[in-house]
Amino acid sequence: MWSIYLSVAIQGVLTGLVYGLMALGLSVIFGVVRVVNFAHGEFAVVAMYAAYVLFTALKLDPLFALAPIAALFFLVGYALQAALINPFVGRPEHEQFILLVGVGIIIVNVLLMGFGPDARPVNLSYGFDSYEIGPLLIDKPRVFAAAAAILVAAGLFWFFRRTRTGTAIRACADNLVGAGVVGLNVKRLYALTFGLGLACVGAAGALLVTIADPTPTLGPAYTLLAFIIVIIGGMGSMAGALVGGVLIGVSEALAGFLFAPSMKSMFSFALLIAVLVLRPQGLMGRRA
Amino acid sequence: MSELWRGVNARGRIVLAVVLAVLLGLPLVADRYVLSVLTLIFYFAYVGQAWNLMMGYAGQLSLGHALYVGLGGYVAALLWLNFGIGPWLGVFAAVAVASGFGAAIGWLGFRFGIAGVYFALLTIAFAEFTRIGFDHLGFAGGAAGLFLPFEEKRMGEWWNLRGGQTLFYYLALALAAGAVLLVALIARSRLGYRWLAVREDETAARALGIDAFAVKMAAVVISSAMTAVGGVFYAFYYNNLFPSQVFEMSRSIELILAPIVGGLGTVFGPVIGAFVLTPLGEVLIAVTARLGVNAPGVKAVFYGVVLIVIIYAMPTGVWPRLAGLFGLKGRAP
Amino acid sequence: MTALLSVANLSKRFAGLVAVDQVSFEVAAGEIFAVIGPNGAGKTTLFAMIAGALAPDDGAIAFAGARIDGLTPDAVCRRGIGRTFQIVRPFPGLSVEDNVLIGALLRRADMRAARAHAGDVLEALDLADKRAALAASLTLPDRKRPEVARALATDPKLLLLDEVMAGLRPTETDRMVAILRRLNRDTGITILLIEHVMRAVMALASRVLVLHHGATIAQGAPADVVRDPAVIASYLGVEAVG
Repeated sequence: MWSIYLSVAIQGVLTGLVYGLMALGLSVIFGVVRVVNFAHGEFAVVAMYAAYVLFTALKLDPLFALAPIAALFFLVGYALQAALINPFVGRPEHEQFILLVGVGIIIVNVLLMGFGPDARPVNLSYGFDSYEIGPLLIDKPRVFAAAAAILVAAGLFWFFRRTRTGTAIRACADNLVGAGVVGLNVKRLYALTFGLGLACVGAAGALLVTIADPTPTLGPAYTLLAFIIVIIGGMGSMAGALVGGVLIGVSEALAGFLFAPSMKSMFSFALLIAVLVLRPQGLMGRRA
Repeated sequence: MSELWRGVNARGRIVLAVVLAVLLGLPLVADRYVLSVLTLIFYFAYVGQAWNLMMGYAGQLSLGHALYVGLGGYVAALLWLNFGIGPWLGVFAAVAVASGFGAAIGWLGFRFGIAGVYFALLTIAFAEFTRIGFDHLGFAGGAAGLFLPFEEKRMGEWWNLRGGQTLFYYLALALAAGAVLLVALIARSRLGYRWLAVREDETAARALGIDAFAVKMAAVVISSAMTAVGGVFYAFYYNNLFPSQVFEMSRSIELILAPIVGGLGTVFGPVIGAFVLTPLGEVLIAVTARLGVNAPGVKAVFYGVVLIVIIYAMPTGVWPRLAGLFGLKGRAP
Repeated sequence: MTALLSVANLSKRFAGLVAVDQVSFEVAAGEIFAVIGPNGAGKTTLFAMIAGALAPDDGAIAFAGARIDGLTPDAVCRRGIGRTFQIVRPFPGLSVEDNVLIGALLRRADMRAARAHAGDVLEALDLADKRAALAASLTLPDRKRPEVARALATDPKLLLLDEVMAGLRPTETDRMVAILRRLNRDTGITILLIEHVMRAVMALASRVLVLHHGATIAQGAPADVVRDPAVIASYLGVEAVG
C-alpha cells in the first residue's frame, strides 16, 4: 500500500520540479525587477501551445523544442520589459499588476480564439511508458521533464553565480542605486532579467506539455500556482522556487489522490493563506 | 445631503438631472435589449463602486471580490429555495455572511501586515478556495449549479424579485444611484478622509492618531457588504448560480474594469467606466457576429487592450479628464 | 518641576548595535527641549521610541503621569504627542489643507469644525496662501511647515520635531524659529526637538541633551552644554563655540 503512496509522492516531486522551474522565472523577475508578473502562467501556456504546434507540425519532441522555445521567450521577455514594462518600474504596485493582468487576459483569449477551448494533447510515443523501480511505478515523461528542469535550473544558477552579467543582475537586486552608481546599465539588465525569467517559463511550458494538456484557461491557474510556489519558497530565492515547487507538487499529488482530484488546489490555496499569515518571507526568502 | 448638491456646479446639476430623467423614463420607449444592456451597466457601476471604496479610497487591492458576489447570491438563493424567504429579507443574511468573510480576510491581512501584492493574492486565494469548496457543496447544487425556477404565477411579485426586465432595470438603477450617493457621502466624511490618509501613507496616518487597522477593516466590511447586495441581485436576475462562473477570478477582474477605466477614487468613475465599457463590448460582439467571425474571446481581448491603454496613458481614469474637459468639475468629483 | 515627559534608562539594540544606551531625561510642561549629537547618535531612534514607532528594549517612558512605552503610534498620538518625520511624509495626492485637516480630524468629529481648526493652524504656520497646493508639488523647504502644521492640528500637548530646520536657508530657519517660539508662548505647547542647526537650538531651547553613540554625554542649559569639552570633542568642534 505504501508503494502506491510513494509512487504518487515521487510523481509529485517530479511534477513539482517542472512547476519549480516555472516559478523560478517568476522569482527571478520579481527578485530583480520587482515587477509582479501576473501573466506568468499565461506565458507558460503559450509555450505549451508552441511545443504542441512544433510537435504536430515537425514531430519535434518537446524536450528538444525546449531550446528554441526558451530562446524565443527570452527575446519576447527582453522586448516586453524594454518596451512596455520599464515605464512602470517606479509606478504604484497596483498599476503594474493591472498592466500584466491585461496582458494575461489578451493572451488567454487570443489562445482561445486560435486554438479553441478543448485540450490539445501531445501524444508522445513513450507517453504511457513508466519505469518500474521495485514496487514503484514512475512515468517516463515525468522523469525526463524533471531531469530537463533540473538542468535548466542548474544552468541559471551557474549564470547568476559565475558570470559577470549574472553578478551584475544580482547587484541590481540587492542595491539598485548602488548598481547605477557603479555604472551598471540597469535598464538593459532589467530587460535581460525579464528575458531570462520568461526563458525559464518557456522551457517550463515545453516540459509541462509532456505531463499536462494545454487549454487556454490553464494560464490563470498556473499563474496562481507560480505565485503560491514563490511565496512558499520565498520571493527572490531561486532555490526556494524549486523547493516550493516540489512541496506543492507533492502535496497536490497526494491531496488529489487522497481526496478528490478536483480538490487538490484547495490544499495549495490553504497553504498559501497559512504562509502569508505566518511566514510571509517563505521558507527561504529574505524579509521584504 | 444638501451640501452634496451645493458641491456640484450649475452645469453638473443640469447634466445630472437630465441623465436621471432620461434613465427613469427610458423603459417607456426602449426595447428589451437596450434595457438589458443598461441593467448590466448599472450592475457593473454598482459593484464597481463597492470595489472603488476599498481600492480607490482606502487603497486596499482586492482581486477576489467575486467571492462576495457569489456568497451574497448563494445565501439569498438558498434561503429562497429552501425556506421561501424573499430576497428583501434574505439580503440581510447575504450581507452578514459576505461581510463576515470580508472581515476575516481583512483581519488576517491587516493584523499580520499583509499588504499590496500579497494582500491581493490573499483575496484571490480565498475566492478560489471558496469556488472549489462550493463545487463540492451538495446542498448548494455543487458544480452542477443552483437554479431559481421560473414560476408563471409568481411573476409580478416584485417583493420576491420575480418579474420582467423593467423590474430589474429600475432595481439596478436604484442600486447604482444609491451607490453613487453613498460614495459621495463617505468621501466627504471623516472616514473617507481617513481612508485617503491610510492610502497615501499609512505610517504618517498612524502618527496622526488614525487607527489604521480599524479604518481598513471598515473599508473591507462596507465594500464586501455592498458587493453582496449585488450578488443577491445577480442571483434573482439570472436565476442560476455556478461556482465556476460566479466565484471565478475572471469575474473578479471583470468587476474592477469599470472603476479603473472610469477613475479610481472618484465618485462617478465606476459609472462612467461602466457606461463606456459595457456598450463597447456589446457593439464589438455584434460587429464580429455581423462579419461572420466566430471569436468567443474577442470581447475579453478588447477589455484587456483597454485596460493596458488606460493604465498606461490615463491611470487616473477617463472621468477626471472628461469632467475637466466639459467643465463639470464643481468643488470635488 | 512637574515633568510632562519622563524618559528613564531607555535602551534600544539592533542585532548587536546599541542604538540608544540608558538615556534618561525629563521635559517640563511648556518647555522647549533639544536633543543634539552627531549623526548616528541615536536621536531619531529615541524619538521613534517615544512616538511608539519602535518598542524599547529597556527602560520606561512616561507622559502626563502614565506609561506610554510599547503603545502603538496612533495610541501615542491620541494621548497627546504629535510628531514630524525627519524625511517629511506628506500625503502627496492631497492638498496642504486636506493634509492638515486629517490631523484636525483626530479630536473633531464634525467636518466643518475640523476644517475651521485646520484653517487656524495654517494661519499660525504662515501657510494660508498655500492651502490649496498639492502637497507633492511643494519644494522641500515648503514641505516642512505643512508637516508641522499637520502634527499641530491633532492638538498635542507635546510636539516632537525631527530636524525641521534641515535644508532651510537662514531666513527660513529664523522664520520657523519665530513660529515655534510664538506657538510655545501663546499656547504653552511643549516642544522636544532634534536639531543639527545650532542657531535654532540656541534660539529656542531652554535645555539641551547631547547624545553620542547612543549615550548621554551632556545635559543642561544650552550655554553650558555648548562649552562642555566632551561635546566639543565629539560633535561641535572648537569653531562652533567661538
